[in-house]
Amino acid sequence: MANSSSASAGHEKYYVPESSSLAVRATIGLILSVFGAAMVLNDMTFGGAEESSTSVWVLTTGLVFFIFTLASWFGTAIRENLAGMNSGQLHQSYVLGMFWFIFSEVMFFAAFFGALLYVRQFAGPWLAGEGEGGRMNGVLWPGFEFAWPPVTTPQEIVGGVDSQVIANNGAFVSQEKSMAPADAHAWYAWLPMWNTLILLSSSATVHVAHTAILAGSRKKFNRWLGITVGLALIFLGLQAAEYYEAYVLYGLTLNSGIYGSTFFMLTGFHGFHVAMGMTMLLIQLVRSVRREHFTATDHFGFEASSWYWHFVDVVWVFLFLFVYIL
Amino acid sequence: MGEHHHGPAQGISRWLFTTNHKDIGTMYLWFSFAMFLLGGFFAMVIRAELFQPGMQLVEPGFFNQMTTLHGLVMVFGAIMPSFVGLANWLIPMMVGAPDMALPRMNNWSFWILPPAFLMLASTLFMEGGAPAFGWTFYAPLSTTYAAPSVTFFIFAIHILGVSSIMGSINIIATVMNMRAPGMTYMKMPLFVWTWLITAFLLVAVMPVLAGAVTMMLMDIHFGTSFFSAAGGGDPVLFQHIFWFFGHPEVYIIILPAFGVVSQIIPAFSRKPLFGYASMVYATASIAFLSFIVWAHHMYTVGMPIAGELFFMYATMLIAVPTGVKVFNWISTMWRGALSFETPMLFCIGFLILFTLGGFTGLMLSIAPADFQYHDTYFVVAHFHYVMVAGAVFSMTAAVYYWLPKWCGRMYNEAMGRTHFWISFIGFNITFFPQHFVGLAGMPRRIPDYALQFADFNMMSSIGAFIYGASQLLFLYNVIATVVAGKPISDEKVWDGAEGLEWTVPTPAPYHTFEEPPLVPKPAGTI
Amino acid sequence: MGRVFSGAVLAFLSPLAAAQNQINMSPGVTEIGADIFELHMLIMWICVLIGVAVFAVMFYSIYAHRKSKGHQASQFHESTKVEVAWTVVPFLILIAMAVPATSTLLEVYDNDEAELDILITGYQWKWKYEYLEESGEPVAFFSNLVTSQEEIYNTDEKGDNYLLEVDEPLVIPTNTKVRFLVTANDVIHSWWVPEIAVKRDAIPGFINEAWTRVPEEGIYRGQCTELCGAYHGFMPVEVHAVSRDEFDAWMAAKRGAAAAQTQLAMQTLSVDGLMDLTGKDDG
Ligand code: HEA
Ligand code: HEA
Ligand code: CUA
Ligand SMILES: [Cu+2]
Repeated sequence: MANSSSASAGHEKYYVPESSSLAVRATIGLILSVFGAAMVLNDMTFGGAEESSTSVWVLTTGLVFFIFTLASWFGTAIRENLAGMNSGQLHQSYVLGMFWFIFSEVMFFAAFFGALLYVRQFAGPWLAGEGEGGRMNGVLWPGFEFAWPPVTTPQEIVGGVDSQVIANNGAFVSQEKSMAPADAHAWYAWLPMWNTLILLSSSATVHVAHTAILAGSRKKFNRWLGITVGLALIFLGLQAAEYYEAYVLYGLTLNSGIYGSTFFMLTGFHGFHVAMGMTMLLIQLVRSVRREHFTATDHFGFEASSWYWHFVDVVWVFLFLFVYIL
Repeated sequence: MGEHHHGPAQGISRWLFTTNHKDIGTMYLWFSFAMFLLGGFFAMVIRAELFQPGMQLVEPGFFNQMTTLHGLVMVFGAIMPSFVGLANWLIPMMVGAPDMALPRMNNWSFWILPPAFLMLASTLFMEGGAPAFGWTFYAPLSTTYAAPSVTFFIFAIHILGVSSIMGSINIIATVMNMRAPGMTYMKMPLFVWTWLITAFLLVAVMPVLAGAVTMMLMDIHFGTSFFSAAGGGDPVLFQHIFWFFGHPEVYIIILPAFGVVSQIIPAFSRKPLFGYASMVYATASIAFLSFIVWAHHMYTVGMPIAGELFFMYATMLIAVPTGVKVFNWISTMWRGALSFETPMLFCIGFLILFTLGGFTGLMLSIAPADFQYHDTYFVVAHFHYVMVAGAVFSMTAAVYYWLPKWCGRMYNEAMGRTHFWISFIGFNITFFPQHFVGLAGMPRRIPDYALQFADFNMMSSIGAFIYGASQLLFLYNVIATVVAGKPISDEKVWDGAEGLEWTVPTPAPYHTFEEPPLVPKPAGTI
Repeated sequence: MGRVFSGAVLAFLSPLAAAQNQINMSPGVTEIGADIFELHMLIMWICVLIGVAVFAVMFYSIYAHRKSKGHQASQFHESTKVEVAWTVVPFLILIAMAVPATSTLLEVYDNDEAELDILITGYQWKWKYEYLEESGEPVAFFSNLVTSQEEIYNTDEKGDNYLLEVDEPLVIPTNTKVRFLVTANDVIHSWWVPEIAVKRDAIPGFINEAWTRVPEEGIYRGQCTELCGAYHGFMPVEVHAVSRDEFDAWMAAKRGAAAAQTQLAMQTLSVDGLMDLTGKDDG
């Protein structure tokens, strides 16, 4: 990190683009997207289905606009770099930007891991009348016992929505099976384990690709980067298979109480990040194959994507530990 | 392409497409001022309804919408963007950088704000009305029991978060990477330091807030049960996540204010800041502590006693580094050569009133006592002392202090001082009596109250109108200065001002420090 | 002394303020209330003293070190000695505050060995009280605001207990350790009676505990203190503390009509009371 920064860059001019319409275009795309998304969700939950077609249009227009703007934004940044406008100092700004962006992502996941921890350590036992925080809760949920993975929801124990004391909180149906190893058909059919292996090795392959580009070997770089993208695809495929298993075979859904909530939110957001990371790597691959971008000393686009990929990988390790194993 | 640096483009495209930190800073500042007026208007509705017991102007449900939007607009629309604007204007000049590190992203951080607030404000006209669950939006009032507009609110929060995160990343990159040679960390002006630490807080907690609203979104639309006991979740979980964001948030609001005060007091004391290094360490300690005190907002939710004690002790500790700062400021004034131009007046106002608000904060931190204070007007008084007299006063001071540099024109000093005195008096008439009604038992967030609270509420409302009116004077003064103030040209508008931003011509040219400046040598000071 | 100080502030601030305006926390009637009150006064006075000391220095400086008086600025900017001092001294002061705070907190959390358990459930926007006793017919009822719409909308004279009066107050015996089990049915509420220093959040799905022992007979009023929707400001708490005998008599009478009463309360009170304030009853 240190070598490329200020030392040599001292008297190079820092490139400040004169003006740019990118930001405003990206804003339009982003705002249309979220406004449309909010409309769609409201149609879904609060009725008004007849209007939903316009909502979907707003959403898709926004998304398309947004994605194209991002593409042209990154394209601009790449062209500037190729034109030699980027000093070492600017490169360092990109490095810092990417680093702190990833840090913010870590904190986003921290919120969900925190929720999982809280539910398992505190709220769950309290609902079952254990611990100082809930010793009187038996009055509300008589007979509820807490276990992880949970076998029931408090609501079901008291006889479903109609007979619970708490009014109007939705209907939560517990799953028949959880995603813990105990519920797997056989150890070798337990998808999360395979997924862990796949992601871990993809971290290794992307690292090999990195050493390849550092050594200036494009062929090797392309090969290993391609393998990484392939592994990512397999991961997503297995994840989809697992979701199918959960939803259809195990009855584990978003409605399955807190287990379903934390399971799908954590793995879902992770899966989304895998898809993002994969797209990033894929773009780098295309750049290298089609345009011969990247040299041994100049390959920030790839480097940033690979950091992101390692981050996604680390998140999975925690996920595997706290969601599946423990 | 971009070879010859000239002045700004003409017309609207200058502002839409700009990548210039000064333009972007200006837009942030004006935007936040507009939001301040909007949030202030909501406050006026609140105070007008509370002028007398009984319902006069609005319905209870609408009152809650006003309270909610007032809090949200003030915190996210007025205070935070105003300090980001200040950071944009000043940090590159203070560290000797040509611009912010990532100029296009800088523009984007700004431009997503106005539409996000438009979206938030548009909820007022939606079916079921605007969010009415307080700026803290506790579940399940904000989930199962909320109006459909909550979805728009959630996405608005997401966008504000994205804006803050990008803004902060930019600030971090600028400070870490763009300092002129010789501008070591311990030579940076304190405003830069406080912002660096604030930016770190923002990057750490805004994503957590995004997580919280995302869980809300899932609970509302997709049947998850994060905040519902029936499914095995817990409404209090929401509060933990919210305050993990929310408490650092209040220091996000005040730390840049500390930075401003640390620039201005030395200037008008004509004496270097006392204890520069300890100021830096104190700021860092406050930031660190801010992560482990969040549940002091939740003393009454029924935490186990161990938690209660931990959060009480940790919260009390914050008084120590904050005290260090207060003492340092006063020592800076001690045996200086003091003069009392408007910026200094607002800083002294800040010093007195913020400390008062800090004291009530300390009282609130005492858990058993908080059982009586919690969710009463005592809390409202506390946080307006730290946020209005703290953040807003120091922001006002900053505008008076740097405005001449920005636009090359001097504001009207007499009008400035008048503004200060009306503000100071109006503020205290508004919020001091709220301590009394709070202690006497008036809950917050109520549109109507029992008769024994009537007199002080009327007083409070009168004060609020006075204070509000004084802000119009401020608005007038700023516009008059920008349009027709007395032109000035000396680089150092104030004889005691120190720092790189005072070495460039007045008004500050469109581009400064295209070549890194030579950093002067007043070690350990500024 | 506290009264004098606050009185002075008040007189300075407001010609409006009449004598009956309460400006301080009430010590209440219970032991814990008094403890909390003392704690409150202690920290307040410590803060006042620190404030006076700190601002005395500042104002002296403002007075004596003015440029307009020709004062020359000295240039000192560091002193490890004083900096250590003003880090350590506040720390010690904080410890002095933390000690009584901790012991009071332990008292507040001493929920065991209650003689009477009452389940309090918050609803939008009323309270339900249930006496949990091993034997006898269960007694349970709702408690609604009775202040009329006319008073609220200013067409009628407002009564003395405007917004603080209910149709059926909670009745508890004096000199008895009463434990409140607090929960909610819909959103979060908070049950607060300042005079007995009990404030506990009512969380749907969880039960929080709190307790009191009221030595004096009397009527104690409070309010919901957690924003719970449109009529959050309109769900007061009214507690009547009566002698043990009176309480037993009241209980017996309640029990007599218990079954029917509970039924009735459930059915009628959910539709009248606050609901007709707006004319709508969405949940
Ligand atoms: C700028 C924003 C800001 C700042 C700086 C602070 C500062 C502090 N706040 Fe405040 N607070 C808020 C904004 C802020 N707060 C808001 C918005 C809420 C309400 C949110 C809501 O519910 O809507 C709130 C609520 C709040 C609560 C919850 C109250 C309740 O709901 O029941 C508590 C409880 O502990 C608290 C404590 C503190 C403390 C201990 C400090 C400390 O940092 C103060 C430290 C300063 C000093 C103590 C003074 C100077 C020190 C000295 C001169 C040294 C010597 C002093 C001693 C040894 C006493 N605050
Ligand atoms: C930094 C943030 C900030 C700022 C600056 C303010 C500023 C003000 N606030 Fe604050 N307030 C909050 C943050 C802030 N507030 C928060 C977070 C809450 C909690 C919300 C919740 O409970 O969820 C709150 C809640 C709150 C309440 C409690 C509401 C309730 O519990 O129901 C009240 C009541 O008096 C109040 C009053 C005011 C007043 C009078 C001002 C004044 O300082 C405003 C002055 C500004 C103007 C008035 C604008 C300028 C003038 C005009 C637009 C012209 C029109 C006016 C006239 C001609 C007179 N606020
Ligand atoms: Cu119930 Cu507020
Ligand atoms: Cu806090």
